[in-house]
Amino acid sequence: MLEDLYQEVIIDHSRRPRNFHHMPDATRNVEGYNPLCGDKLKLFVKLDGDTVQDISFVGAGCAISTASASLMTETVKGKSRQEAVQMMERFHDLLTTAKPASAGLGKLAVFSGVREFPARVKCATLAWHTLKSALTDAAETVSTE
Amino acid sequence: MGLATEPAITAPRPPASSQRENFPVLDQRVHGKPLVYLDNAATTQKPQMVLDAMNQFYQVDNSNIHRGVHELSERSTRHYEEARVKIQHFLNAADWREIIFVRGATEGINLVAYTYGRRHIQSGDEIVISAMEHHSNIVPWQILCEEKQAILRIAPINQRGELLLDEFEKLLGPRTKLVSVVHVSNALGTINPVAEIARMAHRHGAPVFIDGAQAVAHMKVDVQQLDCDFYALSGHKMFGPTGIGVLYGKAALLNKMPPYQGGGDMISSVTFAKTTYNELPYKFEAGTPNIAGTIGLGAAVDYINEIGLDRIETYEHELLAYGTAQLERIPGLRLIGTAREKASVLSFVLVGVHPHDVGTILDREGVAVRTGHHCAQPVLEWFGVPATTRASLAFYNTKQDIDALVAGIYKVKEIFA
Repeated sequence: MLEDLYQEVIIDHSRRPRNFHHMPDATRNVEGYNPLCGDKLKLFVKLDGDTVQDISFVGAGCAISTASASLMTETVKGKSRQEAVQMMERFHDLLTTAKPASAGLGKLAVFSGVREFPARVKCATLAWHTLKSALTDAAETVSTE
Repeated sequence: MGLATEPAITAPRPPASSQRENFPVLDQRVHGKPLVYLDNAATTQKPQMVLDAMNQFYQVDNSNIHRGVHELSERSTRHYEEARVKIQHFLNAADWREIIFVRGATEGINLVAYTYGRRHIQSGDEIVISAMEHHSNIVPWQILCEEKQAILRIAPINQRGELLLDEFEKLLGPRTKLVSVVHVSNALGTINPVAEIARMAHRHGAPVFIDGAQAVAHMKVDVQQLDCDFYALSGHKMFGPTGIGVLYGKAALLNKMPPYQGGGDMISSVTFAKTTYNELPYKFEAGTPNIAGTIGLGAAVDYINEIGLDRIETYEHELLAYGTAQLERIPGLRLIGTAREKASVLSFVLVGVHPHDVGTILDREGVAVRTGHHCAQPVLEWFGVPATTRASLAFYNTKQDIDALVAGIYKVKEIFA
């Protein structure tokens, strides 16, 4: 159902993304790119020891990828690296498995509708793949291909 | 554009009211809605006649060509070569030997880049393309230029998406060794004045390659009249199967080119000391070709001829005008590509909504469109958009299809209101 995909929270975050700005003093910044649709985002992370003290992003993409990035920044701010990676795994489960355990995902549960739109899973996961890279010292540009 | 202000745009009628019935795939529901297929620039649907021709080959005639003395091989060879002659007449090539079967327009371009290009392009030479090329008419030349230290020059376009002919001509000079331009732009629908382009290039002694992938299903192409040196097409964009296409080349040039791939069928004789290459066109057709695909393509040519390209062109022109007028009425919609000479493409952006979201919502309404950069990133960058939504037409589309697209766009606006 379209209504399950474009829930109010998603439309709201795509229109007014939170934490949508550059961060000159970020400890990590990584670019994410989806060559299929041209979605591009740049993620800024400020780490304090093992904690994501601050996080922001800029870029242009569809409603799903923008809202996903926005909600992700809200969710992982203040979390430890390990918590953030665990969150990513649970989020990925939500989008790709038939009966996911959405417990502990909080607001992110609004993306459960994406499961019915396989072509859009990459839109929702772009920001998370980019975050993973930022937290694990991988490549500077992340591609979902 | 005066179209939007003219109150009565009559609904054009398809060239033959029964044409849609010949396309089995069109008769289905998608997400509970009747399928409205508007992604013809990506690939066209196949009429029953083409499917039957390919089935006939596999069920009755299947055999390798050019080698068996038995009945089936003779039949396959005959049907395969008949398809070549059909293409020859379709493009009005002077000789059947100038028709080379390849996988598609992309392979046709690569063939010329690897053979003609490698032999004739030297360090400091220049290749001229346009700013509206598909990646397939950019990347092979970039690879060649990198290898040869040659220079790729890009002819600019205007806000409508039309090639600036004066600027194009200024790029031509003694160093220009090849010109390669698209006949009809897949992202914008622009029809380029390729005959004029060929005249200009020839004045500077440069051969001209025309990428005709988006042209041949929509307009009559006469390679002798255009006086182009090479012309490439893809079967699947003209109601034929995938994996088969054509490279046309003037015999004089093809004869001077080294082979593309080595193997069976492309040789006259082989010894370990020396191999003599076969004559045109077989020199460029190594290995067992896509026989069924070639026969399917031949059937597609028959099908197009039965309807008549003049009727197709007239009908599609009316349908495009209708679609343009309908889309221009939608607030917040901007058409990308408004060339005065244009074919079959309605590319647009909707303010505040990403094309990918437009595509998903249209899909749920049964409307199939392409969203993204259409393998033409540079031209979209020039227009300042990362992606568009593209509806592309074929003769089996109707005014009702356009109306469904428009209704779908209003649904998008409702969701994102």
